[in-house]
Amino acid sequence: MTLDGRTSPFTPEQLGYKRSRQLKEGAVAAVMFLAAAVGAITTAGIILSLIGETIAFFRDVSIVEFVTETEWTPLFSVKKFGIWPLVTATFLTSVIALLVAVPLGLLAAVFLSEFAHPRLRAFLKPALEVLAGIPTVVYGYFALTVVTPFLRHFIDLSLFNGLSAGIVMGIMILPTVASLSEDAMSAVPQSLREAGYGLGANRAEVAFRVVMPAALSGIAAAVILGFSRAVGETMIVAIAAGQNPRFTLDPTVPIMTMTTYIVQVSLGDTPYGSLSYRTLFAVGSTLFALTFVLNIASYVLVRRFRQEYD
Amino acid sequence: MAAGLGRLERTQAYRPRLGIRRAYNAVATGIGLVAIAIGLAMLAWLLIETGLKAVGWLDWQFITSFDSRFPERAGAKAAIYGTAWVMAFTLLFSLPIGVMAAIYLEEYAPEGWLKGFIQINIANLASVPSIIYGLLGLQVFVRWMELGRSVLAGALTLALLVLPIIVVATQEALRSVPPSIRDASYALGATRWQTIRHHLLPYALPGILTGNILAASRAIGESAPLITIGALTYVPFTPQGPLDRFTVLPIQIFNWTSRAQADFQHVAAAGIVVLLGILLLMNSGAILIRELMRRRY
Repeated sequence: MTLDGRTSPFTPEQLGYKRSRQLKEGAVAAVMFLAAAVGAITTAGIILSLIGETIAFFRDVSIVEFVTETEWTPLFSVKKFGIWPLVTATFLTSVIALLVAVPLGLLAAVFLSEFAHPRLRAFLKPALEVLAGIPTVVYGYFALTVVTPFLRHFIDLSLFNGLSAGIVMGIMILPTVASLSEDAMSAVPQSLREAGYGLGANRAEVAFRVVMPAALSGIAAAVILGFSRAVGETMIVAIAAGQNPRFTLDPTVPIMTMTTYIVQVSLGDTPYGSLSYRTLFAVGSTLFALTFVLNIASYVLVRRFRQEYD
Repeated sequence: MAAGLGRLERTQAYRPRLGIRRAYNAVATGIGLVAIAIGLAMLAWLLIETGLKAVGWLDWQFITSFDSRFPERAGAKAAIYGTAWVMAFTLLFSLPIGVMAAIYLEEYAPEGWLKGFIQINIANLASVPSIIYGLLGLQVFVRWMELGRSVLAGALTLALLVLPIIVVATQEALRSVPPSIRDASYALGATRWQTIRHHLLPYALPGILTGNILAASRAIGESAPLITIGALTYVPFTPQGPLDRFTVLPIQIFNWTSRAQADFQHVAAAGIVVLLGILLLMNSGAILIRELMRRRY
């Protein structure tokens, strides 16, 4: 038996433990395993509960209509089930969020990792993290009652629109993008920086031409994870982006994202087993599949990045 | 040869351009700071605007009254009670399960596919959108287990949502325990559980508590999954038991925000100040615990 620092090198028999003590040890280990299994059971539960109702949904609605129709009117008398208006709205708000979060987040990350004095960094980093701790309903309120009226001074904007929701969502995911990119840049070996300085480059040149390219896969992972957060974000868009499923990429008009649809139906009275109950799960499956692909892509990129420099 | 000569000629033509390069360095430093300043300025803007709107509306009457159709009479009593009920039950489930799962992964699980599988699962669960947990809760807790749209169903849903946060934080806390403490305990003949119970857990406690407070502050701000399982938006009562229906602060704020009368924006602002106040208290508590308990070792 080998000593790996965490387990006793001796069997209970060698130590002369009583049988009751051995039983207790075994029972404790079993309980701990069950707790850890909850993680796997949760994933299985999510997939099973989504798939069951989604299959039931596609018994009533053809999958061709779901992916080709461009109108979404499941609660009207003339029902149409085209997912596209919800997808374009989700895409629109998420891309606006990225347009805000990626430049700001990357610049913030470069500053924190390459330019800031450690003492300034120790103050600024947690301050930026506060943005990630604000409840999303508060951001939604901010987008609707502060940002939209403010933007209306400059452009023609509906009360509910994708633009303010997207901008505020960008501020919300800024810390995610910044802190993961900063981790990636901090992990770039010091020798690369020193080689740059040795050739006469200054701080900015080393940061943008040596460290950033070297950390690229980690930065890409951060951006993808930020995108996934934006796609799954609910309350900001439900409050500030509107509740009108519309097949458009116009950021100034009310739209409806996938998450907003789930909220709208949940607020109403939806009998179990009805078609509108099942639309929740069909939309939920689409959302889950989309974020799952993004999360896996981000996970793979981070792992590849870690292997490069380990 | 020709290419080599070309490179040489360019080298000879090298100009240091020091002025431009210094300016580039200065600008790069500046815009980095500006990017962070924009983020923090948005935070300040949010806090100030909301704070100003809450002035005159956040009073004792607001804390102790139920919701109302009239903005002057609306209060957050049901939401505050609901939040307390849901949080208590969420931690009741997520704390022991999360800590035990982390202990299994760090102290019991042999290296291999099973540990890797559970670990990837937990990493993925941390980035599943919260509203998907709402659909899980709706199907499993509300329908299959027939708990209804109750405090218990909401708490179980949120417990699953914050489980990954608690597991990861506890794992990190356990990893920070020096190996010498384990070795010393085993050397004295302690079993694995005795070592965990009497040495690892006390040592890792500040980290575990901090992780749980972080998880609780995530759960307290969540509204989407609870709306999905069908938590109420208008509640003129406080829950009397875990099977009662409920509302929570973020849902109450969402509800006020969506009402037509302009004065409800002020009521919503008052609710936001209460919510952010609770979060601030919890996070200060986390910092305090970490600082106080660190001194013992």
